[in-house]
Amino acid sequence: MIAAACLVPAAALFAAFWLLPIARLLALPATKGAATYVAVLTEPRYLQSLAQTALLAVAVTLVSLLLGAAVGLYLGRRRFPGRRLLLAALTMPLAFPGVIVGFFVILIGGRQGPFAAWTDALFGTRLTFAYGLFGLFVAYVYFSLPRTIVAFTAAAETMGEELEDAARSLGASRRWIARDVWLPALAPTALAAGAILFATAMGAFGTAFTLSSRYEVLPITIYNEFTNYANFALAASLSIALGLITWLALFLARRFGSADVAPAA
Amino acid sequence: MTTAEQRPAPILSAITFAVTVFTVAPMLVSVTAGLVNNYSVGGKSGFTLRWLDEVWSQYGSTAWNSIGLALACVAWAILAGVPAGYALARSRSRLARAFEELITLPVAVPGLATALALILAYGQWRGFRQSFAFVFVGHAVFTLPFMVRTVAAAFARDELIAIEEAARSLGASFGQRFLAVLVPAVLPSIVAGALMVFTLSIGEFNLTWMLHTPLTRTLPVGLADSYASARIEVGSAYTLVFFIIVLPALWLMQWLATLLGPREERRTA
Repeated sequence: MIAAACLVPAAALFAAFWLLPIARLLALPATKGAATYVAVLTEPRYLQSLAQTALLAVAVTLVSLLLGAAVGLYLGRRRFPGRRLLLAALTMPLAFPGVIVGFFVILIGGRQGPFAAWTDALFGTRLTFAYGLFGLFVAYVYFSLPRTIVAFTAAAETMGEELEDAARSLGASRRWIARDVWLPALAPTALAAGAILFATAMGAFGTAFTLSSRYEVLPITIYNEFTNYANFALAASLSIALGLITWLALFLARRFGSADVAPAA
Repeated sequence: MTTAEQRPAPILSAITFAVTVFTVAPMLVSVTAGLVNNYSVGGKSGFTLRWLDEVWSQYGSTAWNSIGLALACVAWAILAGVPAGYALARSRSRLARAFEELITLPVAVPGLATALALILAYGQWRGFRQSFAFVFVGHAVFTLPFMVRTVAAAFARDELIAIEEAARSLGASFGQRFLAVLVPAVLPSIVAGALMVFTLSIGEFNLTWMLHTPLTRTLPVGLADSYASARIEVGSAYTLVFFIIVLPALWLMQWLATLLGPREERRTA
């Protein structure tokens, strides 16, 4: 009884400011006909935005997992002076809003950045990469890496060395060990972290907003429908689609054993 | 036999080095860019505090707004989240599990969707829409699950259940047990949860960009505005202000996480 009373304040705020509003959001597309719910699949423009976002999210997830696993294997199994400091530095971006990550890419790869200065010195033209697909990719990898590093470092810390030592004493090569010892040991972490990264990349808004990329991602499409075209029913429909995708990815992540959901960038 | 500890790993160490440069270099560039006279020229143009001055006079209020908002979220997380975490830790019912799932949804669903929903539901309540309370409710539903889950894990520990039983058998009322026995025992987790809530609220943009009005701007909202419209040096100086506010909280959190052990360390991620 007392336990139930303890839930009341949290439940009340949640019901009033999440459940109720989301229920209205879920109902809104119906006002423009049931077909509005599947607009993301039937309208070529939105389908393209969804495909572009998914493609970017998958690429970012794979690259971040690969790099994060390497860093995690290194930091998780070694003790050296400054290790904790290095981990702290590598995980600092977890606290940055997506807009800052976008700004970093503009700083480095934008019109005034060092990349433009170098290409000017080398080839005589100022090249930029901040405002296209590559800039978006680099930024997404930037905010994804810390999450994989934390997950893989923790996983590598608990990874036994007996198997690896046994394999090594039997004459296994590095590549063999990577494939037959590391891969199975880290696969659950990779699946769980991968799902979290994918969901975060799908829903990321601030970074794409700052870069105002020519490569349009779904959160930007939703934002434009809502603010520029006041197309509320459509924005709601697209949000529902996006929310379902990220929720499903995170649901699978927890099924694979990682207990936590990372904050969206 | 050599262990992984001593064995050389050229590829892993090279990747670790490259990733470190990739992560740290933009931060250093950004901090420097906020302190030099001219970013394109670099350090040779001389160092200055005038961009920080400019940021402070133009955007200073956003820093205080964000800090106030984050502290309000922390207060709410302690007042509502800690009891909720206790209730979830003591109940094994399906309803409790469902509730835990449910309140985590605002984290699983993109902030944009939550913000849209809030605007559709309450946008016409003008007084509420234009106040900080509107931004607060968005932040509160997003940050609460982090406190609830952190403290629920702490309350569920076996020795805490035993201590509570001992206090109860000695005749302590619920209030006495909760405030004098349980809360002090899980204090490190409450502090960890509070720091998590603080950093999440301070850095929140996805929700806030939709929820804010010209009078209710937060630090990340101001950042986005300065990136779009101000000099690159001003944007950098502003980013430096953000670092100064958020990094102490982050470091405290990491320090506390190592204090609480590896299981809690993963939670802060």
